[in-house]
Amino acid sequence: MAGTLLLIVALAPAVAIVLILALRRPRAAEFFNLAASIVSLLAALPLPLASYDGPYVFWRGYVALDPLGAWATLCSAIVYCLASIYAIGYMRMLDEEERLARFYMLFAAFALTTLIGPMMNNAGLYWIAIELTTLVSTFLVAFEHSAESIEAAWKYIIVVSGGISLALLGTVLFYWAGTFVIGATYDMTWSTLRAAAPHMSPVLLLLGFLLVLVGYGTKVGLAPMHTWLPDAHSEGPAPVSALLSGALLNTAIVGIVRYLAVVDAARVGPIPRDTLLAFGVFSLFVAALFIARQRGIKRLMAYSSVEHMGVMALGFGFGGVLGVAGALYHMLNHSLNKSLMFFGAGSMMRSYGTKRIGAIRGVGSHFPVVGALWLAGAVAITGAPPFGLFASELTILRAGFAGSGIWAAIAMSILLIVIFIGFLNHFRLMYVEPAGASHPVPRPVSAWCVLPMWLALLPLLVLGLWWPEPVWHFLSAIAGELAVPGAVR
Amino acid sequence: MLATHFSPLAGSFFSLIAIASLLLSFVMLGSRWLRHYLYAFGLESWLIAILSASVGYYGHFPELYLIAILTAVFRGTLLPYLLLRILRRLSVVREVQVSLQPSSSLVVGALGVVFALTIAAHIGNGLNLVGSVAVLALTVMLSMKLIGFLMLAVRHEAVSQVLGLLVLENGIFLGSQILVPGMPLLIEIVILFDLLIVVACFGLLVQYLMSRVGSTSSLALRKLVG
Repeated sequence: MAGTLLLIVALAPAVAIVLILALRRPRAAEFFNLAASIVSLLAALPLPLASYDGPYVFWRGYVALDPLGAWATLCSAIVYCLASIYAIGYMRMLDEEERLARFYMLFAAFALTTLIGPMMNNAGLYWIAIELTTLVSTFLVAFEHSAESIEAAWKYIIVVSGGISLALLGTVLFYWAGTFVIGATYDMTWSTLRAAAPHMSPVLLLLGFLLVLVGYGTKVGLAPMHTWLPDAHSEGPAPVSALLSGALLNTAIVGIVRYLAVVDAARVGPIPRDTLLAFGVFSLFVAALFIARQRGIKRLMAYSSVEHMGVMALGFGFGGVLGVAGALYHMLNHSLNKSLMFFGAGSMMRSYGTKRIGAIRGVGSHFPVVGALWLAGAVAITGAPPFGLFASELTILRAGFAGSGIWAAIAMSILLIVIFIGFLNHFRLMYVEPAGASHPVPRPVSAWCVLPMWLALLPLLVLGLWWPEPVWHFLSAIAGELAVPGAVR
Repeated sequence: MLATHFSPLAGSFFSLIAIASLLLSFVMLGSRWLRHYLYAFGLESWLIAILSASVGYYGHFPELYLIAILTAVFRGTLLPYLLLRILRRLSVVREVQVSLQPSSSLVVGALGVVFALTIAAHIGNGLNLVGSVAVLALTVMLSMKLIGFLMLAVRHEAVSQVLGLLVLENGIFLGSQILVPGMPLLIEIVILFDLLIVVACFGLLVQYLMSRVGSTSSLALRKLVG
């Protein structure tokens, strides 16, 4: 059962890639990609349920289905499906008919890498999966072939490759630390590492973890390693931005969480968690500064991703049931919400023909429906009730005030308020500020672009009003699995 | 078989190769000519291939022979060839503007090695490995990491940046041959192939850079800020 579902999740985009390559017709490519994303999502929905009975191991132990991986894969599948619907409307506006098949092939491949990344049971394979996400998504970022998008792609691949080469070094050090306990050759699965961790050299583990944290942290977009993120998110086509932000970043943070569980098991002291908390607070700080003074609409969304990755890092850093469950709930909420925001930003960008916030005026009167959805999303993404992010951020804050990282919790509350004001001020200007006389009437938005916004907003509202009991149980089970029995924090 | 169990002769031989590779990284750091970087990188990769083979021989890891052959073919021959092709297509032969003169970068690189040695010695103390080849391997691994990042930071040509990344990876590969010779074969092979794809991607991107931005220097990439 679990194995079949996993296979469907991964095979659907893979089959779509082959079919798109075989036919090379734009309309067929759209259809196959959309169908694959729906099949993937349908198979991913029961995945957390199937993973509940403990980790299942497949393919000689290289792939495993555990609750944490299932949850991250589910988030990726949701974003993939929403972005595929949106892409149909958005990509038709670009007038790139002859390259559309190539786009959808890369798009499905990128989705495939983010879907399978969290399932990797081997630390080395996980690294390879993350590397693959970079290689595929580089060409999606560069898809529009403008000087800006090439620049963004170049920065993306250089910064991220440099970053994850640090993660590779960390991985090697973890393996080396294991050889003193297990022997020269072993399979570097997460559970093996955790079991052997208490006997490994603490100083080596610490160095390894810090390298891995900086390495995968680059991919997650934690400040100060976030420099590629605003460029890549703002220059790629909007569906790609949604997938980068809502799926890729989660896939990378899963690795940090798994390594954190390993060093937790070794009890190497407070440094790993404190470093994670420091990165989280610094991400919020950088995001607050750049959100307040931002001029580009998609860069605004990108810095908001830096912010939310910081919030998640804080949640995992605080730890405990509240922290981990809050961070995981935040993962789902952020995936839904950030897709919504990028969809809105992409549509507005195309309608007004500019990325500058200063040129986008009167959104509410020109676009009653899209405008309202986007505004609701903006309220939600800043953590205001009654949306899902309010619930998850509040849970993370509770974890912070309950634990020993109170300084981080205080900083988080202050910075979230700053971001709330800064972010919504841009929306106030875009909605309320009267347009200048010279502004042309914006182009209408296709229904393909509106539908996924509804599909993202409604669950977000439901998740904010009602945190389902089974979901809470599931997330606290993951927290229990990650926690070390009898740990201090 | 762990790094500590190698015979003295094997240990000295590994040390020799590791130090020679480190010196080659300094050759890259001290030159402005892109072609020199390329030759130094190729030679370094061949040294790593020899290292793999000898670790396989002394440590009885037969699968390392395969790694050695693949390293020589991919890293030592194919990658330099691909990069040479990119280089031929561009009209750039040397770094014109550098943030740090080659002579100063040599000094900074040397400081990096000292820093790496301090960390490696500290870890070696904790593991009772003082004086063994493992500490040296760790030092070289970390120093090549630092030198690679230094190259990324102070060089602006696209090809130098790609080579900087490859030096980062070479350092890891070199160190891991000595520290963890038993690392599963599958992982190592996939990482080798992965590198090939990376360079292919870079090749394509360099073309785009040439045609759309009109330059392959990262100094021209100034549009996206804030």
